[in-house]
Amino acid sequence: MPSPPVVLRLSGITKRFGPLVANDAISLTLHEGEVLALLGENGAGKTTLMNILFGHYVADEGSIEAFGRPLPPGSPKAALAAGIGMVHQHFTLADNLSVLDNIAVGTEPLWRFWSDRGAARRRLLDLAERFGLGVRPDALVGDLSVGERQRVEILKALYRDARVLILDEPTAVLTPQESAGLFDTLRRLTADGLAVVFISHKMNEVFAASDTVAVLRAGRLVATRRTAETDREELAELMVGRALKPPTPTPMAAGEPVLALAQVTVNSGHGRPLLDAVDLTVRRHQVIGIAGVSGNGQTALADLVSGLIHPDSGTLSLKGETVGYADPAAMVRRGVARIPEDRHAAGLVGAMAVWENLIAERYHDPAFQRFGVIRRGAARAHARAVIEAFDVRCPGPDARTQLLSGGNMQKLILGRTLAHGPDLILASQPTRGLDVGAVSYVHGRLLEARAAGAGVLVISEDLDEILALADAIAVIHHGRLTPALPHDRVSVRQLGLLMAGHWDVLPEILDAA
Amino acid sequence: MEIAQDILNILLSAAFWTAVLRIATPYVLGTLGELVCERAGVLNLGIEGIMTLGAMAGWMAVYQGADLWTGVLVAAGCGALMGLLHATLTVPLGLSQHVTGIGITLLGTSLSYYVYRLVLPQASTPPTITPFQPLDLPGALAQTPLTYLAVLLAGVVAYVLYRTPVGLAVRMVGENPAAAEAQGLSVTGVRIGAVMAGSALMALAGAFLTLSAFNAFFFNMVNGRGWICIALVVFASWRPGKALLGALLFAAFDAFQLRLQQIAGGVLPYQVFLMLPYLLSILALVLVARRASYPRALMIPYRKGER
Repeated sequence: MPSPPVVLRLSGITKRFGPLVANDAISLTLHEGEVLALLGENGAGKTTLMNILFGHYVADEGSIEAFGRPLPPGSPKAALAAGIGMVHQHFTLADNLSVLDNIAVGTEPLWRFWSDRGAARRRLLDLAERFGLGVRPDALVGDLSVGERQRVEILKALYRDARVLILDEPTAVLTPQESAGLFDTLRRLTADGLAVVFISHKMNEVFAASDTVAVLRAGRLVATRRTAETDREELAELMVGRALKPPTPTPMAAGEPVLALAQVTVNSGHGRPLLDAVDLTVRRHQVIGIAGVSGNGQTALADLVSGLIHPDSGTLSLKGETVGYADPAAMVRRGVARIPEDRHAAGLVGAMAVWENLIAERYHDPAFQRFGVIRRGAARAHARAVIEAFDVRCPGPDARTQLLSGGNMQKLILGRTLAHGPDLILASQPTRGLDVGAVSYVHGRLLEARAAGAGVLVISEDLDEILALADAIAVIHHGRLTPALPHDRVSVRQLGLLMAGHWDVLPEILDAA
Repeated sequence: MEIAQDILNILLSAAFWTAVLRIATPYVLGTLGELVCERAGVLNLGIEGIMTLGAMAGWMAVYQGADLWTGVLVAAGCGALMGLLHATLTVPLGLSQHVTGIGITLLGTSLSYYVYRLVLPQASTPPTITPFQPLDLPGALAQTPLTYLAVLLAGVVAYVLYRTPVGLAVRMVGENPAAAEAQGLSVTGVRIGAVMAGSALMALAGAFLTLSAFNAFFFNMVNGRGWICIALVVFASWRPGKALLGALLFAAFDAFQLRLQQIAGGVLPYQVFLMLPYLLSILALVLVARRASYPRALMIPYRKGER
């Protein structure tokens, strides 16, 4: 069988950011109707490569050929004109504008005294119909769900006659059902002759959707395989460079409760409450996972347990004692350790030194201050101990924190969190944006803390993470929380339905359990 | 009762409405100018200085022998140049829009005074020109051409923003420049163009003062009108139609207080009346602007390749 024509050819692409080589002489080809998965850890250079292809960055060396013609570097406009469309991981949509506006912008000559909205609308609806991507042209993008926004992004590319579609981590924000829908769409597109590149670090997606997989590690293309001719173990090893054994929780009897929420409601001030009559218990030697699509109350739940917000009704108790109005410092004193959702915004102060960040939660502790003056020696010694114990790769206690990689920042937070033997660990998105190696390290440490007697509350949008860690899983949707369902009694399909709000499956699961 | 009757008389007089339209004109033009800049994501605090420069440049051109419409064009051109300076500093160079804007205001104001004194070193009473005359129409319609131009421009700005590709591009770079970039637009180009166009409108607002409302240029003649325009943009929720409405409302307060001074001037010191339009604007701002949805990328410099 003759192979379909080549649509895209990348030759020897190299890109450096200062001393870092983000892409090292990468060559790839893409054929008509092919789905290529670009697999690699975070920082392997996947997104950089695609940003070069789409003209956001200019490569230092190498060239790109699209449909047999050289592609001018550094111009998204040229990429669009050559038939390349990109769906960014962080959607590039304007929330205050309508779907149609977002799609039509830049498609007409700028200097015209009218805009043919009628034709644009017909074309959009026609494309939506043809590829099964339902959208409302006049809805404001800000009012759409994440899945709908992604459809708008794909339509934006199709509207421009894209023949090559790049998707950057398309499933990161979707429920399992929405992901399945996306893969259906991809199949329709390739049946139509489009070629698709999607970036991923999730193995199951590679097998669900791709024809070919290219593995990147540390900026190099380490292998290209037919998806049908490889397996998970081989890909994982190629990706990480060594064999990985993910930590697995050993069964353990749960102890007394460390955290209990009883009918806790937090109002949002407008419309539906952030948290709606939530019941939740976390015990010692237990990991409770909170699964859900982002924006369903996870942040409020984390803020509540951190002491940043307080229940409008209902009670929160720690170790059997009802907590009244406790600020974050009081929560820390009561044994709550927190891994915040956004390590840059709420976890660390980038401009400050590593040692300063490590005592940020307990600078008032006599161990670190005397008469209101910081004991720098003690603080630095503590920092050195944490750096050693948690394998933080950094020049030393005085290094500026923002120079650390994401994984090392997270280890720093872990060190600060776990150094004092907490009773309850609140881990919000503990591995977001981390690579496979760092993920398994963080998971291992959390499971160690569980073994040592802590209760762990993991809030994550990554279902795989919850499944890997949790003894029991509760699903959050529109501020309401299901009872904690034992891990072995609930299927991924059922969790997906619960995440999408189909709580009618709940009795069936509870009956079985 | 007597006061109520007086107030009613004011509101029913044609002279009152004539004054409202006249007073509103620079606010309409200035607010539209600021609105165009901010819709593209660039705050332009240079408005006060650009208005002053427009007032001076337009007047000076006419004083030097150009006709009135040429004066208007000269003012707009000077405004656009100041806009280019502001945009160059804030868009490709990404400097703080607040600081740059205040700098532009200081520059525009002092440059105007400097040039004025350079040309007319020893004028003790300001020399005058023959300004635009009101059209020969009945009642409140007897306005100068620039007032009609201002109202027309409100419609033009609304049409361009909402009905043309370039307007959509302006709104897009003000909402999400990364999205505009990904659609093949030049964020830098669109923003510079919008700031230049907006600044030209601001300069027109200044030119109205010297070529229509008065017939001379004197110091402090803009007198904070630019700052009011910035508040009016928020009041208008960044919509041209509402900007026209807001400017008229503010002008009505102003015209009203002038007449109120004559009726009740004996009871209260006149400064209280001078304060009135500003107090009412603050009140209106508090009531309206809380719900305003501002351009999301306003005041955020866009640097290509950063996330």
